[in-house]
Amino acid sequence: MTGLDRFRDAFLKPELIERYLPDILSGIAVTLQIAVAVVVTGLALGLALAVVRSYGYRLVNAPVIVFVDVFRALPPLVVILIVYFGLPNLGVNIPSFAVLWLVLSLVLAAFAEEIFWSGLISVRKGQWDAARSTGLSHWQALISVVLPQAIRICVPPLTNRTIAVTKNTALGTVIGVGEIMNQGTSAMSLSGNATPLMMAAIAYVAIFVPVVALGSWIERRFAWKKA
Amino acid sequence: MSSLLEVRGLRKSFGGTEILRGIDFSVAAQELVFVIGPSGSGKSTMLRCCNRLEEPTAGHVFVDGVDLMAPSTDINAMRRRIGMVFQAFNLYPHMTALGNVTLALRKVLGKPREEAEAIALAALDRVGLKEKAGNYPSELSGGQQQRVAIARALSLEPKIMLFDEPTSALDPELVGAVLGVMRDLKAAGMTMVVVSHEMRFARDAADRIVFMADGQIVEQGTPAEVFGNPQHPRAREFVAELSR
Ligand SMILES: Nc1ncnc2c1ncn2[C@@H]1O[C@H](COP(=O)(O)OP(=O)(O)O)[C@@H](O)[C@H]1O
Ligand SMILES: [Mg+2]
Repeated sequence: MTGLDRFRDAFLKPELIERYLPDILSGIAVTLQIAVAVVVTGLALGLALAVVRSYGYRLVNAPVIVFVDVFRALPPLVVILIVYFGLPNLGVNIPSFAVLWLVLSLVLAAFAEEIFWSGLISVRKGQWDAARSTGLSHWQALISVVLPQAIRICVPPLTNRTIAVTKNTALGTVIGVGEIMNQGTSAMSLSGNATPLMMAAIAYVAIFVPVVALGSWIERRFAWKKA
Repeated sequence: MSSLLEVRGLRKSFGGTEILRGIDFSVAAQELVFVIGPSGSGKSTMLRCCNRLEEPTAGHVFVDGVDLMAPSTDINAMRRRIGMVFQAFNLYPHMTALGNVTLALRKVLGKPREEAEAIALAALDRVGLKEKAGNYPSELSGGQQQRVAIARALSLEPKIMLFDEPTSALDPELVGAVLGVMRDLKAAGMTMVVVSHEMRFARDAADRIVFMADGQIVEQGTPAEVFGNPQHPRAREFVAELSR
């Protein structure tokens, strides 16, 4: 056996690829579903919290800031385990995929709120003044004038953070969610070979490279003419 | 009430510092009032209280007889009747000149797109910039940006226009066109309050000069009175400084 063959059999053994492809594919389907759900709810909740914060009511902002700081500080794995193993003791049974979705959404929301917020406050105060002086409400000024300028600044950090958080779907493996990582590790224990994990790695690249591309496309779309 | 703008007992504090210390003044319809005074005397704050961009700590502001402080007053509805022009223009950078002018027409007045654009083009024409409708702010000179900002306010048919140092961010050669537009507005009967140190313009266009120092109005009168024979020591000092 040549060195190349040995390498191939250790990491990309053809018969193992064939045997475990269906498992990995079903893992991809699960990961994609949870990732999309996390991106949608996480970003929406993050934006909503930043918008709420822009109204400047101190009593409302305090809990928002606490939530953001706590969820940015905690390792997602800790929260996932606490929710998954703790809630049933209160009589609340949430399926494992829902726990993963919920926790990662909250984590993404916390980071996204902070990014949207720094985008909002980076827009010069004169933009608010001009919009409000023509009779626009806070909400209208936010939607038509301030947010479009803020989002442009937010897209690159949001893309990075979204990818980082959605990659954490791999943590689902510890609570038995049948996503890519879970499929890959169980196939690895069964076969005693790293091939399924290589397949998992390739699957992650295949999923996340397009997300990066989407991010730069959105970035270009939000750009406007500069002198 | 014959005055279009009436300010009574206006006070404003930031933190513990009182910036406006009891301001009373009124502006009659079609009057052009010039507000002058040293930097930091509260001119901008006073102007911003006149449309409640700044919340007064005490006092009342009436515009066209409506009490801006009354809880029942719809401040957004009133603000479109009070045009404001800023030192830094504050055009929306992500919209064309036309988009800048149509935004409030569409969102505040609920005009359909075509009608809003027709009104906006007429307003841009009034400031001599109809042909720049499709340009973004970054493609316009400072003077042109300021004229678009004036058109943005004008398009809402304000009863009064407030100008906060409209020409002080401009290169000298661009000042004339902006003052020209303001002169046209005056000729068309617009009521205006102008914070500015354009003395030549004040002399030949202003009906009245208001001099502010340390958050109070310490002197007011015709341009000839205030510039020619100032009474208050602070005003005398200021005018002497200006005419040097
Ligand atoms: N938002 C604010 N917060 C705190 N202080 C302010 C604020 N706006 C203005 N001031 C203070 O109020 C004073 C008057 O400012 P301003 O009205 O801008 O004066 P002027 O326009 O006559 O130069 C200044 O000392 C300024 O520092
Ligand atoms: Mg000022």
